[in-house]
Amino acid sequence: MKKNESYEEFIKGVWRDNPVFAQVLGMCPMLAVTNSAINAVAMGMATLFVLVGSSFLVSSFRNWIPKQVRISCFIIIIATFVTIADYTLLALVPKVHKELGAFIPLIVANCLILGRQEAFASRYPTRLAVMDAIGMAVGFLVALLSLGIVREILGDGALFGVKLFSENFEPWVIMILPPGGFLTLGVILLFFNWFKFKKDEFLEDVAEAERSGS
Amino acid sequence: MENLLWIFVSAVLVNNFVLTYFLGLCPFLGVSNSLETSFRLGLATTFVMLVTAICAWILNTYILIHAPYLRLICFIVVIASTVQFIEMLIKKLSPALFRAMGIFLPLITTNCAILGLAIFATNRGYGFWEGIIYALGAGVGFTLALVLLAGLREESELSSIPKLIQGTAMNLIIAGILSMAFMGFAGLFSTT
Repeated sequence: MKKNESYEEFIKGVWRDNPVFAQVLGMCPMLAVTNSAINAVAMGMATLFVLVGSSFLVSSFRNWIPKQVRISCFIIIIATFVTIADYTLLALVPKVHKELGAFIPLIVANCLILGRQEAFASRYPTRLAVMDAIGMAVGFLVALLSLGIVREILGDGALFGVKLFSENFEPWVIMILPPGGFLTLGVILLFFNWFKFKKDEFLEDVAEAERSGS
Repeated sequence: MENLLWIFVSAVLVNNFVLTYFLGLCPFLGVSNSLETSFRLGLATTFVMLVTAICAWILNTYILIHAPYLRLICFIVVIASTVQFIEMLIKKLSPALFRAMGIFLPLITTNCAILGLAIFATNRGYGFWEGIIYALGAGVGFTLALVLLAGLREESELSSIPKLIQGTAMNLIIAGILSMAFMGFAGLFSTT
């Protein structure tokens, strides 16, 4: 039972309530750093670290943080973790850090993270909060990666820096430029809408068939 | 003088915060359903940006040289208090506007455009006046993008659009086309 509950929180973030595709949160880093798959992975990992760390702290302290100043407390906790992530990346992978540039400190302003603290971590016990954070962060990573892969293949003809096509491939440069980000995400959301649309239609059909059958 | 002008134009058009740097997308996609609200939100954001730029300059010059690792925390605290102040001000002056903006007013705190502005200005080593002009340009650019999208969305409500494409998907595609249009300004300056 207990295991099921945590699993439920985890899978919720990855699929049903996916932060990007279902809730449209955290769009800024989502579009800005997905011009290559490797940047997307680095961003996703940094977000994972910050989200899990701050969810853990916020839910451990949830009975001590006064209601009136909770947002400021959350922000300071998040900012601390982001600073740690920033300096860690600078030490370990300076090249990626340089490419992500100002977007690592900007994780502080990712509405996804603050939203999770406010909606979940400050109300539930630590174990569930951490599972929820991991789920959401993995969902975010999946979204980042799918966008990054599409944009890198179309815009650069490569994946994780490895060339996929022969010399004749003409890279579709606009895909790695800003408009490509908007367009790719728009098309992916369109696909998700279509999927939901079809599912609703299917469920309606099933319901109707049951009615006429009985 | 010429330098200041260049900073302004580049922040408004060439490196528009929303359409080129992808900053401040949450209000960009969330509040842009009416022209009036989006214009006012743009003004509020511009004001917060100006105050943040001044505070960031003071912090950078006098305090943070001694403790650079506190930069992020200091900035975010300054922004949060400015937003709180604006919220009280708007609540007092125009309750209707306060209701119209709803959750997006406190969310200016987590608007990455503002934190982004402070960080970019620091990274580029802007001085006092440069910082203020940069903030003004960024604010005007943000308002411009918001108003443009709001106008397009108001128009689109009058036409019949397939149900499938309505909502965020369509807004993103519109934003993509706007962003393509703004790329045309990249040729405006030949130097850098």
